[in-house]
Amino acid sequence: MTRYVVMAAAVATLTAGAAFAEVAPTDVTWAEDGAIAESLTGTAGDPASGAKIMTTNALGNCVACHEISAMPDVPFQGNIGPALDGAADRWTEAQLRGLVVDAKHTFEGTFMPGMYKTGPFIRPGDAYTGKAAPADLPPILTAQQVEDVVAYLLTLKE
Amino acid sequence: MTLRYSRTTMFAAAALALACGPAMANPAEDELVVNEEMTITTKAPAAAHLDGHLSEIYSGWLFREDETRKMQRDDFDNPNFVFVEQGLETWDTAEGTENKSCADCHGDITESMKGLRATLPKVNAAGNLWSMEDFVNDCRTNRMGAEAWKWNSQEMKNMTLAISLQSRGMPVAVEIDGPAAEFWERGKEMYYTRFGQLEMSCANCHEDNFGNYIRADHLSQGQVNGFPVYRLKDAGVVSIHQRFVGCVRDTRAETFGAGSQEFRELELYVASRGLGLDIEGAGVRP
Ligand code: HEC
Ligand code: HEC
Repeated sequence: MTRYVVMAAAVATLTAGAAFAEVAPTDVTWAEDGAIAESLTGTAGDPASGAKIMTTNALGNCVACHEISAMPDVPFQGNIGPALDGAADRWTEAQLRGLVVDAKHTFEGTFMPGMYKTGPFIRPGDAYTGKAAPADLPPILTAQQVEDVVAYLLTLKE
Repeated sequence: MTLRYSRTTMFAAAALALACGPAMANPAEDELVVNEEMTITTKAPAAAHLDGHLSEIYSGWLFREDETRKMQRDDFDNPNFVFVEQGLETWDTAEGTENKSCADCHGDITESMKGLRATLPKVNAAGNLWSMEDFVNDCRTNRMGAEAWKWNSQEMKNMTLAISLQSRGMPVAVEIDGPAAEFWERGKEMYYTRFGQLEMSCANCHEDNFGNYIRADHLSQGQVNGFPVYRLKDAGVVSIHQRFVGCVRDTRAETFGAGSQEFRELELYVASRGLGLDIEGAGVRP
């Protein structure tokens, strides 16, 4: 089933004119410092969609751990990680993409989950059901959702 | 060059976030006195085995809001007591092919069960690590000829509440060496294992981040000395393993079952992180 979704996405990309193969989680090219230079989709990210993904529990849920002053309407922002204010002053687009895909390449052993990662995991589950994961466990965010989040992060300048 | 943030940067960021975030961060400066007569230790120096991990330990009670803390100060305000009453009634009720009640063998619960909760889980005569639920079901099936209760059934929770209450105010006293050592070691390993698609360990939340907020949740040290607890959100009593199931599930992991060998071992290890705290018998949580 997932294959159909991927195919549909590929077709959509093609009809949009960009002959770009989406980069799979396992095919990402990492720089030494944990950055990812290349877009995962070739389609520019949408910051408004990114903001939504970052505040939705079942998606990025970034505000569970990070405070973002630019989102004053979002209640109960967590304080596990650093506030994301000014993130675009501290990091390049490539570094931010790396942080969202899997921050463990930037910060060894970090608590921050990899958002575009399919393993290896210890006892991976099927989302929040507590049941075992399907063999083709999808990453938490799709490639385009990662690009959308990166696009939003790039607006965080002080 | 290393890009890793130093702890101080992170703490500074956390402090900053807090200044404009929710008001309470660290454990409350408060004392738990129940029914105006029994003082319960909710804060203590950490046991030696926690050297380098924790210096002070706190009951989950200290991380809750004023109103929730208040409910635990008086048995009339504590919603667990309806269920304690039911447990006490069952204690005296004969059941099964032997037509025996718990009281027929154990007499007065306030005497025979005093202190038990503080020592659990423990290794039984056959060398297995047992939680309170295992001991209860052993009596039911082998001595009463009655059916085993499900781990998270209401009957089981009523009974574990009634029994736990008999240790209220007594310090946690689990054995972690001798025959318990191998179970304890495995529980410890589990505590530090990063499970699930979110790759989170118990320690990530309850050792590295207690006092911080994960969204609206004020993280405690995940101690079990207050269990079974009444959870207002669920309008019901929650067992230790039930809480573990929830926490593991929240890491997007395939969880372990309530009553599993893994969770009994984890229960022993987590209980030992509370050595120094008192049993609360009947905690209340949001
Ligand atoms: C469970 C906690 C958690 C979640 C969820 C989380 N992060 Fe993080 N994040 C951290 C921590 C902790 C750090 C600090 C790195 C370290 O020292 O380990 C961090 C660091 C970062 C940084 C670099 C720090 C800086 O200078 O601003 C960025 C950017 C970031 N996260 C973005 C995100 C985004 C975007 C999401 C959601 C798609 C997200 N995080 C979700 C915990 C989390
Ligand atoms: C993603 C974060 C997270 C992880 C990982 C996690 N927990 Fe929790 N845990 C929570 C939250 C949130 C609560 C509710 C608030 C509190 O008491 O900290 C909680 C509560 C608890 C409680 C109840 C404490 C009380 O006094 O009511 C226990 C016990 C507990 N956790 C144990 C564990 C164990 C054992 C593990 C590992 C198997 C674990 N937790 C992993 C987030 C987590």
